[in-house]
Amino acid sequence: MSADHAAAAAAFVADEPRTHWHDGALWFVRAKRDKAAQSLPEWELLRETASQIKGHTISQLADYLEQFERNAVRLGAQVHWARNAAEHNEIVLGILERHGVKRLVKSKSMLTEECHLNPFLEQHGIAVVDTDLGERIVQLAGEAPSHIVLPAIHKKKEDVGEIFHRHLHTAAGASDPKYLAEAARQHLREKFMEADAGLTGVNFAIAETGGFVVCTNEGNADLGVSLPKLHVASMGIEKLIPRAADLGVFLRLLARSATGQPITTYSSHFHGPRPGGELHIVLVDNGRSEILASDEFRRSLNCIRCGACMNTCPVYRRSGGHSYGTTVPGPIGSILAPARDAAAHGSLPFACSLCGSCTDVCPVKIDLHHQLLAWRKEIAHRGLLPRSKRWSMKLASLVLGNSRLYTLAGKLARAIVPRLPRFMIYNRLNAWGQKRELPVFPQQSFRELYRLSREQGNGEQVATDFTDAADERPKA
Amino acid sequence: MTSKVAILAAIRKHPLPPRPLPELNQAWIEYHDRPRQFAEMLESVGGHCRFVENRAAIDAALDEAPAYREAKKIVSLAEGIGRGNVDLNEIADPHDLEDLDFAILPGCFAVAENGAVWMTDMGVKHRAVAFIAQHLALVLPANEIVDNMHQAYQRLEFEQSGFGVFISGPSKTADIEQSLVIGAHGPRSLTVFCVQSPH
Repeated sequence: MSADHAAAAAAFVADEPRTHWHDGALWFVRAKRDKAAQSLPEWELLRETASQIKGHTISQLADYLEQFERNAVRLGAQVHWARNAAEHNEIVLGILERHGVKRLVKSKSMLTEECHLNPFLEQHGIAVVDTDLGERIVQLAGEAPSHIVLPAIHKKKEDVGEIFHRHLHTAAGASDPKYLAEAARQHLREKFMEADAGLTGVNFAIAETGGFVVCTNEGNADLGVSLPKLHVASMGIEKLIPRAADLGVFLRLLARSATGQPITTYSSHFHGPRPGGELHIVLVDNGRSEILASDEFRRSLNCIRCGACMNTCPVYRRSGGHSYGTTVPGPIGSILAPARDAAAHGSLPFACSLCGSCTDVCPVKIDLHHQLLAWRKEIAHRGLLPRSKRWSMKLASLVLGNSRLYTLAGKLARAIVPRLPRFMIYNRLNAWGQKRELPVFPQQSFRELYRLSREQGNGEQVATDFTDAADERPKA
Repeated sequence: MTSKVAILAAIRKHPLPPRPLPELNQAWIEYHDRPRQFAEMLESVGGHCRFVENRAAIDAALDEAPAYREAKKIVSLAEGIGRGNVDLNEIADPHDLEDLDFAILPGCFAVAENGAVWMTDMGVKHRAVAFIAQHLALVLPANEIVDNMHQAYQRLEFEQSGFGVFISGPSKTADIEQSLVIGAHGPRSLTVFCVQSPH
């Protein structure tokens, strides 16, 4: 497996205070989401409605895509279709080269991250500037975003200060967010003024009107496409919704789920190019039609990329977005990435405690933890489990499937393990014990205690025994 | 086979049972005092809401803001309001708005649940004006405030103008350690003037 989550996460958690800080930063966002969701009595109805709209759209996606193209073309936009990332990049490059574009400003687009557009364009001599502040920070740092809504959530303000000092010549040691954001504003204003074209992602595309909506807080998408004459919008084919009125549902859910805001600062509706300008819309498949073909995983296409599942995920919060090794990390990323390449991303569905919190917060009701469990089965079926897991699972199923063997194994363990020296128990074969102490082994199994209590006719005694055993456990 | 044909064929290869589109006409949230709810939400997202009796009162209210008093270059597309000295129609290239200090624009209507104001580029030669100005003021009839986004979309149609935007507060970012900073790329402040008697 090329990207092993546990190995990558080990590097992240090595810095323990930083891990706790990261955990807390995301929990703060999760708490804001809760407050925003609870402010609306119809929250659950909104989620259900959004889920139904997405389910309906996906069930007739081809028709809606054709309708969208017809309407967008009628409004004067040019629509392109890309089967995969390479084709998307070629299309965008072609458009930019036809217009002699040397400098491109981009607002946040996870799709272009997925397609690795930036390095491709740079190879062809086009300077690309990410204009979302978080994305600019990671771009200057030479990294990928670690979160789809909060790209630089893994950076402390001191880190940002150092990056800006190096690239934007801000004062050494400066870490005041206000000062740093102002420096970025000045720096990016220049980039906006110089740009020959603007590229945006798409949050929602409307089949019945041929328009699309882009949501930002910074106003970078709007500034980026209202100065130059050329606007390129890249979108995954699953971003479609049937009616403009459906936006009422999705815009109410998106920002509340993402950051706890009632709506993003700017929700911009583009219908056709601006007078004297050109608008190109690139529709990208890149594996989405394959996910659509799967009854098990189709619902993952409902995703509106709010990031709520990441903010709430106990594994994401403590392992950081980069540990996933994918453009979209966290619970939803752990479903989407194996669909693209199960061998490369097979460890991701296991980076999950199946607590189900992601499913509870998802604004479009994707059953995330069920899908993660389904992926685990799928990965085992395809023979993609690492050897250690394959063997331990085989052994476990053998022991758990045979009551005599199970009883015997329990007896042996209770007799032997407490007598073993530490190094025999806590070694690299015992991944579970690397950060934890094993519980104290009881003298008797539950069955033995149960039998004993039945013979003595005394239930209370058993309860006392359990309490005593629990008290002897060492504190973690 | 073109990519379009290939993608559509790949989707249609697995026909799915049709699923109904849900009804959007539901008992969504309503507020007994929409202007007040709107003002509270706008303040909560970093904007300012000023209720004024009539349009004539806006100039005096504008003068109370240092950003406006100190502004050198001002665009006003709200008829009869403010001391606009830059004529948008005289400007050929929106890049020339780089040093614009203040813009006063008409808002179409607003939404109580989230403090957003809808504006379009109808009669606005350069839509950049709403984003490039250092400070932005929107003029809104106070009786044009709807309860929620569903009501908002009942009012919207997209045939007449190519661009429309919900603006809720000034440009902002929290990308540095979740610290809210007002004034990311767009306006550093947003003031909405709600006119009680618009006529």
